[in-house]
Amino acid sequence: MMTASHRPMLFAIFGDRGGQILLGLLLLAAILVPILNQMVPPDSPLYLNAYRVSLFGKYLCFALVALSVDLVWGFCGLLSLGHAAFFSLGGYCMAIHMMRQIGERGVYGHPILMDSHVFLNWNELPWFWYGFDSFVFTFAMVLLVPGILALVFGWLAFRSRVTGVYLSIITLAMTFSFMLAFFRNNMGFGGNNGMTDFMDLLNFNVRADATRCGLFVASAMAVGMAYILCRVIVASKLGRVLITIRDSESRARFLGYRVEYFKVFVFTLSAMLAGIAGALYVPQVGIINPSEFHVAKSIEIVIWVAVGGRGTLYGAVLGGIFVNYFKTFFTTWAPDYWLYALGVMFVGVTLFMPQGIVGVLSKFFGKKKAEADKDADKDVGGDTAEVTAESPEPAPGPAPESGGGR
Amino acid sequence: MSWIGPRRGGDSAAGIPYPVKVVAGVFSTHLPKFSAVFLAALLVIFSGALAVADESAGPSESMVNSLAAKKFGDKRAAIEALAALGDERVIPVFEAMVDGNLWLRKSDGKVVIAQAQGSVYVLQDPLTLAEIGQVEKSEIKSVRANNKLRRMIRQALGGLTLMSADPARRVVAADAVFRAQSADAIPALETALERENDSSVASRMERALAANRLMTTDDIEVRLTAIKTLGGHADPEVQALLASVLVKGETEGLDESIVAAVNEALESVEQKLFLWGLVGDLFFGVSLGSVLLLCAVGLAITFGVMGVINMAHGELMMIGAYTTFIIQEIFRAYLPEGAFDYSMLIAVPAAFLISGVFGIAIERGIIRWLYGRPLETLLATWGLSLILQQMVRTIWGPTNQRVSPPSFMSGAMEFASGLTLTYNRIWIIVFSLTVLALIGVLLRKTTFGLRMRAVTQNRRMASSMGIRTGAIDALTFGLGAGVAGLGGVALSQIDNVSPNLGQTYIVDSFLVVVFGGVGNLWGTLVGAFTLGVINKFLEPLAGAVLGKIFVLIFIIIFIQRRPRGLFALKGRFVES
Amino acid sequence: MSLLGGTMKKSSYAMALAGFAAASVACGGIAQAQTFYNQGRMNDGGPILVGINHSLSGTMAISETTLKDVVVMMIEDLNNSGGLLGRKVEAVVVDPASDWPLFAEKARELIVAKEVDVTFGNWTSVSRKSVLPVYEELNGLLFYPVQYEAEECSRNVFYTGAAPNQQAIPGVDYLASEEGGGAERWVLLGTDYVYPRTTNKVLRAYLYSKGVAEEDIYEEYTPFGHSDWQTIVTTVKDFAAQGKPTAVVSTINGDANVPFYKELGNQGIAAEDIPVIAYSVGEEELAGLDTGPLVGHLAAWNYFQSVDTPINAKFVKRWYDFIDDPKRVTNDPMEAHYIGFNMWVQAVRQAGTTDVDAVRQAMYGQTVTGLTGYEIMMDTNHHLHKPVLVGEVQEDGQFEIVWQTEGPIRADAWSPYIPESAKLTADWTYPWVCGNCEEPRFTPGQNPI
Repeated sequence: MMTASHRPMLFAIFGDRGGQILLGLLLLAAILVPILNQMVPPDSPLYLNAYRVSLFGKYLCFALVALSVDLVWGFCGLLSLGHAAFFSLGGYCMAIHMMRQIGERGVYGHPILMDSHVFLNWNELPWFWYGFDSFVFTFAMVLLVPGILALVFGWLAFRSRVTGVYLSIITLAMTFSFMLAFFRNNMGFGGNNGMTDFMDLLNFNVRADATRCGLFVASAMAVGMAYILCRVIVASKLGRVLITIRDSESRARFLGYRVEYFKVFVFTLSAMLAGIAGALYVPQVGIINPSEFHVAKSIEIVIWVAVGGRGTLYGAVLGGIFVNYFKTFFTTWAPDYWLYALGVMFVGVTLFMPQGIVGVLSKFFGKKKAEADKDADKDVGGDTAEVTAESPEPAPGPAPESGGGR
Repeated sequence: MSWIGPRRGGDSAAGIPYPVKVVAGVFSTHLPKFSAVFLAALLVIFSGALAVADESAGPSESMVNSLAAKKFGDKRAAIEALAALGDERVIPVFEAMVDGNLWLRKSDGKVVIAQAQGSVYVLQDPLTLAEIGQVEKSEIKSVRANNKLRRMIRQALGGLTLMSADPARRVVAADAVFRAQSADAIPALETALERENDSSVASRMERALAANRLMTTDDIEVRLTAIKTLGGHADPEVQALLASVLVKGETEGLDESIVAAVNEALESVEQKLFLWGLVGDLFFGVSLGSVLLLCAVGLAITFGVMGVINMAHGELMMIGAYTTFIIQEIFRAYLPEGAFDYSMLIAVPAAFLISGVFGIAIERGIIRWLYGRPLETLLATWGLSLILQQMVRTIWGPTNQRVSPPSFMSGAMEFASGLTLTYNRIWIIVFSLTVLALIGVLLRKTTFGLRMRAVTQNRRMASSMGIRTGAIDALTFGLGAGVAGLGGVALSQIDNVSPNLGQTYIVDSFLVVVFGGVGNLWGTLVGAFTLGVINKFLEPLAGAVLGKIFVLIFIIIFIQRRPRGLFALKGRFVES
Repeated sequence: MSLLGGTMKKSSYAMALAGFAAASVACGGIAQAQTFYNQGRMNDGGPILVGINHSLSGTMAISETTLKDVVVMMIEDLNNSGGLLGRKVEAVVVDPASDWPLFAEKARELIVAKEVDVTFGNWTSVSRKSVLPVYEELNGLLFYPVQYEAEECSRNVFYTGAAPNQQAIPGVDYLASEEGGGAERWVLLGTDYVYPRTTNKVLRAYLYSKGVAEEDIYEEYTPFGHSDWQTIVTTVKDFAAQGKPTAVVSTINGDANVPFYKELGNQGIAAEDIPVIAYSVGEEELAGLDTGPLVGHLAAWNYFQSVDTPINAKFVKRWYDFIDDPKRVTNDPMEAHYIGFNMWVQAVRQAGTTDVDAVRQAMYGQTVTGLTGYEIMMDTNHHLHKPVLVGEVQEDGQFEIVWQTEGPIRADAWSPYIPESAKLTADWTYPWVCGNCEEPRFTPGQNPI
């Protein structure tokens, strides 16, 4: 990181190999997937059916939310267990928009109210449903609802210096209370069943293959752009302050930085990214319901980041995709035993791969390259050093004055 | 009740959207008949039948046999006939029927009382109670009752048992009279009250007497006295009765003095009931708090003292609950029935040890590589919790397992006001406080506790003083896990014993520890009870879900105000 | 403390990396093999595939695992008796892990990637709502075996569980009858989700129509997995202490039942004072309870394990032989799968193909002898005609049938007691051809299309 300030901005963005590969792959996928689905005949072995398009689209949404967690956890040391809430809130905004698009095609055929409102004997639309018939308004809400929640919550928490484990637990409490609230039918969000049976998005039929491809491309672009945004932030001066906060908050404070402002900023931004991920997720899976707020989901997101490799951004993307592919595959292949596999993977990664898959890969390729091409050594060495710097080695035992290892 | 009237008798099937078997008159009222049975029994008892019953007028075998009639209507007639005899020999027959011990011998159609003894059933003659042989289960068929019949029998038993030797039965009988509300019952009740020397039973009888007098006489003085007596009994039934007097008065006209007296009595009853309600809510809150405490106290050690975010904590509780289940199964299979109550005595230490051993294994296998990375312990232990859950599912299947309460934990302490304190909750409160006290002693008074605190406060110093910090770490984590196992024993008494058990409580446990203040047992205690009580006082006001949401919001705001919880540790070492 | 430094780290990295590499190669290989396998199956008319989409982990595993087992058992039996259309039948089991979006993903995977001919699956309403668009889009076929709130009739789903009028209303009738205790005050307790809310809405309208006053009904909802029932049980006691006979109608779901009944038992609420009739508690839920204090409480279902018919005796025996665990009981949704599976087999035989459209046509009017001994028929509204039984809890955790309807009852896919659904009709045959229409799509006599 020492050299980062001397690099030009563009180089900072594209300078790390993992990011280059990631962006390349995303671009490739965004081009290839629609072609393989739309232009290749269905009986060809290269044909990619809509099921896989949506599945990969879903992975990308998970990758995006993992990316947003990595931004706060990997670079600012805030282990948020509230990102499932931000993700779901974004998703709910989008779902409300799509419910409004259904119009009279609902089960009870009411022109304005959604079926569950009719069911609750409500006569008019709840006030918080107004405006969502406009896509622009919805898009703004997808950003603002999680954003403002994160802003308020973050401002309260960071101002009173709630850190570390305490932050994790109260974000967990927040997510949990959202889950309970959204489970209530009287909230007007469909209760436990949530919202489903979507029809149109921007006048495209969400069940059509072409729309699925479109959503996939949108997700890929969102991940790519979010990655670039995060990269710009962490490579900038702001990013270095964040890392300082992560590594030694009190020092940052003594240097005169208003730590809480930085934290609030990055937390809010991250929540907005999670909201976008949720908004893209809902049309692709076709349902949103309160179990998305579940504690397990919040923890899983963090685990994706850890599996991929914390503090690298592209590692989070990789982790989000990898773990979910793993889950899809094993729930079919070994339905009775997949939880063992998942559990062993989580334990194993934490114990043996503190830097995740990315850490292993970069070590592996780093070694190979070093043998093959000594000239490239400097470049790769820089990369490795960067990874190491961003995700510190496990501390050698608890600090002497720490309370038993905290 | 407009739907009761027209449906009585032959007009049964009209308007019912489907054909109905078995039942003749679907909608019909039952109360008059109940009272009739009850009063018949009562009157016989008190109007001279106290003399030795004439043999010929006693219950005959054929009357008892007709209890096994095919149709419920015939059974009802048989019960009415038996009850009308007012003979004490009917009591064991009725009791056997209510308890499901009345059987029909297939060979000759005789109704007998049968008790399972090993693989055979021992038969008794229902009237003489003489033993009349042993049969296989296939040779007898149970005489079924339904709720309606059971209620009839209990009412009849009430009439038969107002003079019973057992005070509990007399109370039941008195309450049955309270509900009957008939002028005919008054003399019988007065006789019984005169003979009564147990004050609590006498109070129930007074209440019944007052109710009967109030509802059946027009004498204003008598009614006023009755209302005054009733005003001293604070329970929902009296409240409903008094309210009904007022409602009736509105249409029929009522003496003003009575209206005033009823209002006064009602006010006093409502006031008392309100206070009792508060006591009830407080108890529920403390009881919920004790459950939270048991869940959280293990976590207060692993998380609060060691700094490990142990997401598998819930699964350690689950292991404790399954240990209880296994111990109970062993008791059921290999030990005589009477020993079953002692299964808890074995289950408590067994759960502690087994969960503790799991804990030590987890610490040695996983946690110790992760000290200094507390947030990563979260990830590893989460993975571990998935493995443990699936393991239990593989071994015992996904369904709930049956854990029975020992006899001393069944039932409840009932107060006249309708407040019921269940024994299992009381035991759990006692148990949780005992566990907490023992941990406190362990930490403060023993060498292990001293070493543990030393390692917590200054690891290097402790190490250089010759303390084997690794062993202390393992034992500390084992202690936390063992205590989680104890929590599991308690939970097995009130909740599902299933692979999902732990998941239900994990979030609450963390919140209690954080709210109370990490690393402080007092904080955990106060935190658990505070949250329990707040939750239970909010629940009647806001409903279960909103109440819980409010508690969560309260905790979030509280943590903003006091980031280190209720009882924050002070000093430099907390900042790191 | 850290042993991760130095040499150990490198070797473990290498190991982990090797592991990942092996895993990903394996994944890819298997996925590829699966594709070839599917293609092979298509060409030589290999086995008929039956998808089973029931949670084997997570909160719903407790209920759904048994359903997976029973379908696997029936497939085994079918193969032993010669298969179907001369082909073997094969189960494709997946685990949607009680995760509702995953249900939709798995449903799609079963239809698109595994190319199953029919799916048996789902328990919760939300999981059904989640998969519904998938089946409709891909024209799949789902058999849904659980009693539910109705208010739905999809062309691609056959509902083999009970609608509210096949369970809730008869149960209430029983409690209001003289035999049942003549209840006049009603407590409607439920978990806060669609099934209890709909059922209670239907019941409320029904009770009003029978002259029950509003103040004689108390309705309360709790969250999923609610475990502290002290306050609510006390409230119920107070509500019941007002003189009139009171009954509790429970639509409490799954996990919350055990603590509820434990609290009932401990607070000494006997069935003869306040009977509780449950619509979501079967033999399986009772297995986790000491039923001693609960004797006399009720449940209404279309099947109990204790049903005394030769066909049920045979089924129960076969089940215990198959599962080899004396504690695994049979229950109502299992019978629903029994009926659904056998009906599907008959329909496939009749149609001579597993093609969804042909099988659907063959399903209408198809009858199967249920385990209760009644002839159960599939109506054109995709619901079964089923008998209703009311059972009392016994000490051994079984139910004793105390009341039953004379014959099977037709299901109301749309309840006449809910104003907005009363006007809707579900009938997938000509001239309606619609799941929720106010008027037929086609006019009889005139040639459409």
